[in-house]
Amino acid sequence: MMISNEALAAGLAQAVARHLGAAVGSKPQVAELARLTAGAANETWSFDVIGRLASGEQRRIGCILRRSPGIGDEGKSDTNLGKAGEAEVQRAARDAGVAAAEVLFILSPEDDLGDGYVMARLEGETLPRRVLRDAEYADLRTHLARDCGITLAQLHSVAPARLPTLTTMGAAEQIERYGEVYRAFGQPVPVFDLALRWLADHRQEPARLTLVHGDFRNGNLMVGPEGIRAVMDWELAHLGDPMEDLGWLCVTSWRFGEIDLPVGGFGRREDLFAGYEAAGGGAVNPDAVRYWEVFGTLKWGIMCMIMTHSHLSGATRSVEKAAIGRRVSETELDLLNLLT
Amino acid sequence: MATDRPTVPELVQAVREFLEAEVQPSLDGSVAFHTRVAVNVLKIVERELAEGPALAAAEKSRLVALLGHDGDLDVLAEELIEAIRAGRMDVQTPGLTEHLRSTVMAKLAIDNPRYQSYQRALQGGR
Repeated sequence: MMISNEALAAGLAQAVARHLGAAVGSKPQVAELARLTAGAANETWSFDVIGRLASGEQRRIGCILRRSPGIGDEGKSDTNLGKAGEAEVQRAARDAGVAAAEVLFILSPEDDLGDGYVMARLEGETLPRRVLRDAEYADLRTHLARDCGITLAQLHSVAPARLPTLTTMGAAEQIERYGEVYRAFGQPVPVFDLALRWLADHRQEPARLTLVHGDFRNGNLMVGPEGIRAVMDWELAHLGDPMEDLGWLCVTSWRFGEIDLPVGGFGRREDLFAGYEAAGGGAVNPDAVRYWEVFGTLKWGIMCMIMTHSHLSGATRSVEKAAIGRRVSETELDLLNLLT
Repeated sequence: MATDRPTVPELVQAVREFLEAEVQPSLDGSVAFHTRVAVNVLKIVERELAEGPALAAAEKSRLVALLGHDGDLDVLAEELIEAIRAGRMDVQTPGLTEHLRSTVMAKLAIDNPRYQSYQRALQGGR
């Protein structure tokens, strides 16, 4: 659903009054509405709510809207969680102690703004290259890998009963799914076939099934100089092998050039594992983490193909999507390094 | 058909230089970002025009040696995929991973020679 900024601001003001009620007083206003990111699957908007309470006191709340514009299937997550489900997972994780933005409300049908939710806006750094290079984060980089381990242990401890219904996706389902997607493009990448075969041959049973974030990496973490402020982008959440999140965080593509520091380009695996175990995540299986790192490297390569074919098919023409097809070779080299 | 100068590489270079020197500095936000992407795309085109034919010829002779017969590059590449999918070739097959590594290095020389893993591999490391 396409919508003008004016219509969105007016609709949001009504939705805020409907869902937040007395917390923002009567006739709340929406100001400073600005789109932060746009995509076929997701739009992110920033805005302020200005309300006047019954006491006469003015109240200003910084907000983020995450919304699915609902155009096309490209980029649609394979978890089919929907924005409401995403919000519920984020809320449950925050309740369990995971650093995440507070969900203020989920859009309802009478809001007529599509599928989405509104959360409190936090301040912090999300750009990987700044996290890896700015002097401001030099101290953070000494403990961020351990902090990630602690956060993942908390995330994997969220009681399933507190979560919405989630798809269970283990290694077998994901290899099958991404293998099919890759083969359907009819574009031969022999290293991908080698990796798919290796993944099928080396599959191991997970020690347990837990909530898996699905996209926990440098770039989806909001940090401050003191530590992680928020885990973002919950749309790929599912039930699966918790080691998947640890492996994905170590994929070379998410090291942003700092390839000797496997954890997000900022830390060592030992520190990630130690933080995870110290925070009650249970014993880390380094072989399983490595397995998921191989899978994650392949998955990112196939995701690059998916994006570039969405340009080639005409679904979403974009020079950025055209260019990303030429990043497949990066993942091929990283896969060869892992497999041979 | 014999065309006049500038040649195709020279034309692409002219457009890329124009985008870099005159367009990029005057922009900001997402258009600036996409212009930077466009410049990078033209750099890929320039490298492929210069190095692509030789790299493709080298890939073909490696495939001929690996598969034991001649053929078009596309057909040979498809045959290799089939062999891997059927399990007739894997990381143990003599020469396979060496061939794949050379092919991937050739692709990265065109796609993104600044990629850190590529730089490391050029120096003999991984």
